[in-house]
Amino acid sequence: MQTEIFIAGFGGQGVMFAGQMFSYAAMDIGKEVTWIPSYGPEMRGGTANCTIVIADEEIGSPLVLNPPAVIVMNLPSLDKYESAVKPGGVLVVNASMIDREVKRTDITWVSLPCNEIAEEVGDRRMANVVAAGALLALMPILTLEDIEAALKAHMPKRHQHLLPKNVEALKRGAEYAKEHAIKAK
Amino acid sequence: MKRELWKGNEAIAEAAVRAGVEAYFGYPITPQSELLEYMSRRLPELGRAFVQAESEPAVINMVYGAACTGARVMTSSSSPGISLMQEGLSYIAGTEVPMVLVNVMRGGPGLGNIAPSQGDYSQITKGGGHGDYFPIVLAPASIQETVDLMPVAFDLAHKYRSICCILIDGSIGQMMEPVKMPDMMPVERKVYDWAVSGAIGRERHVLSSIYLDVPTEEKINLRILGRWKEVQENEIRYREYYLEDAETAIIGFGTAGRIALSAVRAARAMGIKVGLFRPISVNPFPYKRVEELSERVKSLLVVEMNAGQMLRDVQTAVRQRIPIRFYGRLGGVMPFPDEFVNELQDLLKNPGKPEDDPVDLWYRRMMAR
Repeated sequence: MQTEIFIAGFGGQGVMFAGQMFSYAAMDIGKEVTWIPSYGPEMRGGTANCTIVIADEEIGSPLVLNPPAVIVMNLPSLDKYESAVKPGGVLVVNASMIDREVKRTDITWVSLPCNEIAEEVGDRRMANVVAAGALLALMPILTLEDIEAALKAHMPKRHQHLLPKNVEALKRGAEYAKEHAIKAK
Repeated sequence: MKRELWKGNEAIAEAAVRAGVEAYFGYPITPQSELLEYMSRRLPELGRAFVQAESEPAVINMVYGAACTGARVMTSSSSPGISLMQEGLSYIAGTEVPMVLVNVMRGGPGLGNIAPSQGDYSQITKGGGHGDYFPIVLAPASIQETVDLMPVAFDLAHKYRSICCILIDGSIGQMMEPVKMPDMMPVERKVYDWAVSGAIGRERHVLSSIYLDVPTEEKINLRILGRWKEVQENEIRYREYYLEDAETAIIGFGTAGRIALSAVRAARAMGIKVGLFRPISVNPFPYKRVEELSERVKSLLVVEMNAGQMLRDVQTAVRQRIPIRFYGRLGGVMPFPDEFVNELQDLLKNPGKPEDDPVDLWYRRMMAR
């Protein structure tokens, strides 16, 4: 068994961190995993994306042409990667930064205001975590408990106080996705 | 042993530390800089030597000096930086002192870009510096494999008084995978009959790559060649996948090799009996094993992230026994497994003749896209 997750957005939106969160959780439940980033030479503001492959056996390619699980955090990413989602797959759209609907009808998708939900929870910077929760609600590659355990095990001590808020952000994303997702035809 | 998620470049640095590296010299270059950065923090805290030099030629000459003491020494860089080191590498080879070199390859030629490439295969395996010398070159395909090869690289370098290069590309340097780190090995300074390690109470050792007496230089060249013959005899490494019943096979090293693993699984799911041969020691190249493989399968697909550099070694082994197809991506483009599957399907439909030129045919296909 192998599943791939692709996350894209601007640098600074937590794209890489969200991918690493999935990776730690997958590793901790005994899976093979690869996380591979792709970004321009700039540290912030440029486009950034990462691919996470989770499998039961030795992983071959760290990149896939048509990932079944995709998160897009901004409009250029939706424009570029909407067509790449594997038919029958899942697409999570950050409505806070994207004012258009998804055109595909052969995928399950949800458009949720990640930034605003994160703000309600307490910190705008958790928009990525909200999106991650939404993805896992629509495609249970990992459980929310797996993510929570991984955050607890791997977040630096100085950030541990943020754990409850991150868990809440995950849950809020998952709840929103369950209520509002548009199922594949 | 506990698995931890490591970034490739940092995992390599920690593995070198645990393998007993005593001195690291480097100069930053993407996509390798995290390796140097990690060493700059880690080595001083262990009381070992870290120097960021003013340039790559300075780096390699610092490595040269330190290597003469018999200590475990290394440097790392990426393609343009490795090119700058070639003169020093030739001096190190000519002086017969051991060192470990990590090349995290990027797109080229020239300044190129910071994307993953395998364009430096010929440079390192066929010798980028002047003269007759033979670096040992290991090309792992994952972070764990690279970590496991770090102590091997130091052992080989010292055993054969040779340069041992770990040849990977930017994708392995930049990605993260779970790793089981080996235990910390104690730093061990062995007594060598060649090293300049203090001559009190013994004859002094002289290390140099200058042999103005021509017959002596020829003798030294033969000595280097003699050691290389031992390496060829004893240090072949490779991995085979799904080859038992294979009718055709893909050959690829490093990242192209692991991408091919995905392609092989996808093709097997379509009912194609294909296997994968992944050389790990690319110098010495597993010629014998590839020759044996070419007696068992009907055709080969060679995949690389360059214009067919390892292909030449495969052709040397196969000697036009069976048709070979080549597929490469250039300039930092990482291929998807789907591209290899397409090539494989095409190869099975139209295998061509053993005497066809695979590079010529691939070039025509690329230009017709």
